[in-house]
Amino acid sequence: MRRIGLGAAAIVAASALVLTGCAGGDEGNEGSTAGGTIVTNGSEPQNPLIPTNTNETGGGKILDAIFAGLVYYDAEGAAHNDVAESIETEDSQTFTVTLREGLEFTNGEPVTSDSFIDAWNYGALLSNNQLSSYFFEDIEGFSWEEDSELTGLEKVSDTEFTITLKQPLSDFPQRLGYSAFYPLPASAFEDMEAFGESPVGNGPYMLASEDAWQHEERIDLVVNPDYDGPREPQNEGLEIVFYASQDAAYADLLGGNLDVLDAIPDASLATYQDDLGDRWVNQAAAIFQSFTIPERLAHFGGEEGELRRAAISMAIDREEITEVIFEGTRTPASDFTSPVIDGWTDSLEGAEVLEFNPEEAQALWAEADAISPWTGSFQIAYNADGGHQAWVDATTNSIKNTLGIDASGQPYPTFGEMRELVTTDQIQTAFRTGWQADYPGLYNFLGPLYATNAGSNDGDYSNPEFDALISEGATTTDPEEANALFQEAQEILLQDLPAIPLWYSNVNGGWSENVDNVEFGWNSVPLYYEITKG
Amino acid sequence: MARYILWRVLQAIPVLIGTTFLIYFMVFAMPGNPLLALFGDRTPNPALLERLEEQYHLNEPFLVQYWYYLSGIFQGDFGTSFTGEPTTEILARTFPVTIRLAVLALIIQGVLGILVGLVSGLRKGKFFDSSALAVSLLLISLPIFVIAFLAQYVFGIELGWARTTVGSGAPWADLILPAFVLASVSFAQIVRLTRASVIETKSLDFVRTAYGKGLGRNRVVPVHILRNSLIPVTTYLGTDFGVLLVGATVTEGIFNVPGVGRTLFQAILRGEGPTVVSFVTVMVLIYLVVNLVIDLLYAVLDPRIRYVK
Repeated sequence: MRRIGLGAAAIVAASALVLTGCAGGDEGNEGSTAGGTIVTNGSEPQNPLIPTNTNETGGGKILDAIFAGLVYYDAEGAAHNDVAESIETEDSQTFTVTLREGLEFTNGEPVTSDSFIDAWNYGALLSNNQLSSYFFEDIEGFSWEEDSELTGLEKVSDTEFTITLKQPLSDFPQRLGYSAFYPLPASAFEDMEAFGESPVGNGPYMLASEDAWQHEERIDLVVNPDYDGPREPQNEGLEIVFYASQDAAYADLLGGNLDVLDAIPDASLATYQDDLGDRWVNQAAAIFQSFTIPERLAHFGGEEGELRRAAISMAIDREEITEVIFEGTRTPASDFTSPVIDGWTDSLEGAEVLEFNPEEAQALWAEADAISPWTGSFQIAYNADGGHQAWVDATTNSIKNTLGIDASGQPYPTFGEMRELVTTDQIQTAFRTGWQADYPGLYNFLGPLYATNAGSNDGDYSNPEFDALISEGATTTDPEEANALFQEAQEILLQDLPAIPLWYSNVNGGWSENVDNVEFGWNSVPLYYEITKG
Repeated sequence: MARYILWRVLQAIPVLIGTTFLIYFMVFAMPGNPLLALFGDRTPNPALLERLEEQYHLNEPFLVQYWYYLSGIFQGDFGTSFTGEPTTEILARTFPVTIRLAVLALIIQGVLGILVGLVSGLRKGKFFDSSALAVSLLLISLPIFVIAFLAQYVFGIELGWARTTVGSGAPWADLILPAFVLASVSFAQIVRLTRASVIETKSLDFVRTAYGKGLGRNRVVPVHILRNSLIPVTTYLGTDFGVLLVGATVTEGIFNVPGVGRTLFQAILRGEGPTVVSFVTVMVLIYLVVNLVIDLLYAVLDPRIRYVK
């Protein structure tokens, strides 16, 4: 899970007043630095730059540039081999990985099977407290109880090793492009703290110097001359400037100090397409937004709950909210995943429950009232530090007006505060939920969130039928067949609505006149290596 | 004098201990688990969460956590952020930036404010005076982020006279625009303070005496009128310098200044106790020192004031 940066922009959101209606004039670009180096926005990494300890976008963007994993993802999210020569399996449980020969880290150490095996063992070891350790939990030997070796990783030779999983997982190779699976040089283990400050990788870029990471300011990356993989840089380097607010980054883009921006601030959503001419994107991203109504809440259990969830879902005018509140930068949801994921479809059986239908909503609500009359107020909890107020208010208003009940938002000051109440089941209202995919696969949107006792199953949903379909899909080797099973599982979700799907976030980005060939990846991060400048 | 200073310094010790304790308590009492926020929408495995809580001592009671912090300080360890960066390093890289910004802003508002206020006071009721009043009223009534965004848009984007945000290493040239924004609000206050003070002073007997002795304007205005009008302005400038030094969260955010305000705001959002407490402790220290300096300056401006204790 890559977390989207903290909403520091919230304080300055009112800036809309000021910047509304500004046209992008002819701006000078003398602020930009050396030709060929792409200046782009980022945010201060929240953890040391260790692949298995980075789970947010600020650090992830840097790691993806300086490391190369077994596979990488193209713009569509398809996985292609990078360091791997081949990844083969017959039963989706044991995988044989062959590495390309002669690859090196930027300090000259060779990239071998051990680079992967040792890095993954480091990441998985319980006492190393790595934030992304859960990526290894399917590998044989992994334990949440005690320190244990990943016995499923076996070295065959310097360029070949095997991975044995606890049970078959057809989408496992697809996961291997995520940063947690990057290799580490042996020198990293001598002093992991120093490594996290100045990492040595094997990717298309490398740190410009030992102290290239200037905290809260920037990190400078230059091209790694020895990288010969498929992501060959078409520019001379990357300067990632850390911004505390997206507004400042956007001002820099307009002011000519920034080449590529991957997040347009809320205040400028109405104007950025005019400001930037044709230098912008607004495309669906692998981010799913919803809210969850746990079954334990009064009036939301059993049949009554099922009726009320469906009624609430049909009482929300998603089209209008995405248009008015988000200026068309969200796409109304028609399932529980995302359109950028292979296998996505908008024609699931039962998807009409996600369409605005006041009459049907009122009818279902009345039906539920016949079982037990509605009392109290319907509330959606959200964290006030993430810019959620506008849509929560719009959504609860839509519910209020359609169903004629009292509905409102329930803000909590920080994300941490809300998550604590959610994870300890103390929260007594519906609450905001969302998911940004770790890797481009349908399963990632479903298994971790709705399977019985799954880690991020915040609503404590449980349906044996769904569980059966999901685990069958996960072990099916044929991707098409697997996706069909996942879609069947989603149709169960559409009946039960363990979360009420709202919309998919779009990636909104822009770039300056200095650069060309800007394309955004499936994970909303630009494919920096493709960008040309000057 | 020396005894007075010593007394003030001794006074500062209980104030410092008290504030760190209070701030630590407030950070501790902030609801929510900062570690959960690290995982985003994904719920961490309970085993991992427990281990992380142990690592950051978040599972201990308040007094134990405070003790860890205090005993760390006595060993020169002010704690680390979640990135593993020592808090002392964070302090060392953010405070110089903010101090430079504050000094610039102070010079701008001091020089311009006193100058405009002096002229206004001397020409009370004239055109310059009324237009200065109108401008200062406008500046006081505008929220600072409006001024900041306007300045950024007009001077940064449209005219291109300044960089829209502060660049790498926060060079002086980049800090000028944010410094003007920071100075704008206090500028208005200083104009008004100086003006009122000048009007009061210029009708006092000693000024008339000075003119009567045959002294010219060039001598009376700076030495007799201005100097005697500066006490309230100095107090204001002093406290304002304190305010500027502890960081301007909004302005630093808009201009992306890697200073104290921006960093502290992020640390509060992340719930990084040690960072927050260390920052606030240094801020309290700065306030104490600045206040002491102001008090001492009074004696310089007005020889009648003497300190005894």
